[in-house]
Amino acid sequence: MAFTLKSYALAALALVAVSWPAQAQDTINIGVSEPLTGAVAASGNYVVQGAKIAEDEINAAGGVLGKKIKLIIEDNKSNPKEAVATAEKLIVGDKVPVMMGAWSSTYTLAVMPKLMEYGVPMVVETSSSGKITTSGNPWIFRISPTSEMEAKSFGTKVGQFGIKKADFLVVNNDWGRGAAKEFAKMLKGKGIEVGVIETMDAKATDLSAQLAKVKASGGDTLFITSGVEQITLVLKQAKEQQVKHKVITTGGSSSPNQLISQAGAAANGSNHLLFFAPWFPETAPNPEVAKKFVAEWKKRDLNFAGLTEGFRGYDGIKTIVAGIKAAGKADPKAIQKALWGVKVKGVNGNIAFIKQGPAGKESAQNVPNVYIVTIKDGKVSKL
Amino acid sequence: MDQLLQHILNALILGGTYALLGIGLTLIFGIMRVVNFTHGELYTFGAYMMFMFVMPLQTNFFLALILAVVLGMALGAIIEVVLLKPLRGADIDTTMLIMIGAWIAMQNMEQFVWSGIAKSIDNPFPVEPLVIGAISVSWIRIFVFVVACALIVGTSALIRWTKLGKAMRATFQDTETAALMGIRINSVYIATFAIGSGLAAAAGALLGPIFVVYPTMGDLAALKSFAIVILGGLGSVGGAAIGGFILAMMEELGAGYISSGYRDAMGFLLIIVILLFRPTGLFAQKERIG
Repeated sequence: MAFTLKSYALAALALVAVSWPAQAQDTINIGVSEPLTGAVAASGNYVVQGAKIAEDEINAAGGVLGKKIKLIIEDNKSNPKEAVATAEKLIVGDKVPVMMGAWSSTYTLAVMPKLMEYGVPMVVETSSSGKITTSGNPWIFRISPTSEMEAKSFGTKVGQFGIKKADFLVVNNDWGRGAAKEFAKMLKGKGIEVGVIETMDAKATDLSAQLAKVKASGGDTLFITSGVEQITLVLKQAKEQQVKHKVITTGGSSSPNQLISQAGAAANGSNHLLFFAPWFPETAPNPEVAKKFVAEWKKRDLNFAGLTEGFRGYDGIKTIVAGIKAAGKADPKAIQKALWGVKVKGVNGNIAFIKQGPAGKESAQNVPNVYIVTIKDGKVSKL
Repeated sequence: MDQLLQHILNALILGGTYALLGIGLTLIFGIMRVVNFTHGELYTFGAYMMFMFVMPLQTNFFLALILAVVLGMALGAIIEVVLLKPLRGADIDTTMLIMIGAWIAMQNMEQFVWSGIAKSIDNPFPVEPLVIGAISVSWIRIFVFVVACALIVGTSALIRWTKLGKAMRATFQDTETAALMGIRINSVYIATFAIGSGLAAAAGALLGPIFVVYPTMGDLAALKSFAIVILGGLGSVGGAAIGGFILAMMEELGAGYISSGYRDAMGFLLIIVILLFRPTGLFAQKERIG
């Protein structure tokens, strides 16, 4: 009996082993690691929705290299440890030749050693910490702007805000602290005083202590860097505590329509740095691409608030597929080489990579467009 | 000075809900001696019930609050009957493992039903806060504070002066003797777990409209509840209430004057220091020996 059981098990194993590569040849798999649950779940879900639009569009047009693409999506649970586990699973288990992820700088930085270890390229669609492209990891291809680029872009328009003294309230991780550092540097360069720099745990919901300190600092403008969930809490609690600062959010994950519906009147008067302005797709550098994407999003009945985040997934997958096409085969090393030369007409703008980081092991960085919008009387308007 | 006053006011309001979480757990963990890992999920459950009643079903806010607490008690009673009753007399490790399993199962269930995306709950209170000089506080936080204090006082009274409270204390001091004296100990177990769960659900239902509601919101709440119970002394309702306020004060002042990045660490640091000097907590009841 024991013998039969064992042989059945072996036969089953052999079957799996035989059928595995056969199945893998029908499609080209692309790994995706996003926070689908936990503290920043809204953003991760929106990114995946955008990525799926790109997947369907590419497959409807015949796929790439004569094969359909298939996204293998893993939930990194808003947790850097889980992000590492998803990368390991995607690379070792699913044998994906390329992946996209991992939303937050902290999750992306956690995943990066795995890319080095296994030699698999990753398109980074959201993270903005400078460290990602300057630490000498040649498998990184970032399409989102660094905090430094964002700060510099904002710097050209800072005069319109009449800031005299700025305070910061940022999420206590690589993303938030990196943004505070770069924006404070930019503001000081313009002769603007920097008051307090307060941090908040990514999971924190009660921010009253930080806001009391911001209120007492006597600044006129508050820069907030976090996901939309925490920005909602900050805006609501700032109103409760009568913090009169003008609010500017950075990082592009503020989903203004979600703020309007969840923070209500507390969202009025706040300003947001974004990398796509879906209210005005005609003003995008590639208006046709942007309009088509917005139309498809609406057709799928997805939440409009998710567009400012969802486009990242769309642009990311488009970039990856352009890389696979240029490589001519679904091989990690070939895709890494080919990605350097891609030119993609994305929703944000034209995607192409420049070199960053130590010579010989540079990471790839795109130079994206930055937009600023304002919420006025429950509506979004362009600055 | 204004900043200090604002910090103290914030800490008082936050402390009310911490205290509520703490006394709910002290009944179950401190008196029943069940290491209740589902406490945070009951908190989350209360918040989601509040969301369901107020948002899709458009129920009156105050009625929704009562319904959320009642359903939380019912869920607590079900957990007691289904999971804990068969384990009477089992060792603490077995119970602990079952409760960890229940915690994970409940959290995944919430995620399955309501998805991982945070939900917000509308409230009927004025948007403009109450302003006293340079400090201010929102009306809903005042409401939450008042309700939390009422529940704390009510629970203390229940345990100290009612027949049920006496039966509870007798049962968990010496189950066999209590049974011999004619106390229906099964009902007492169910009632205690249900009340503790109801208090957690109440905390969730009260805080849901102030913050946002998501499946993992209970994790930090549960961690803090355990800390508060241990700080106040196992089984002491008054201790748990005071422990809640101490933790809130420490977090608020620590974040305000030392470092906001280590806000949660401040509270736990204080607990370590207190336990060094008073290993049984601040207000532990004397253990009966023999």
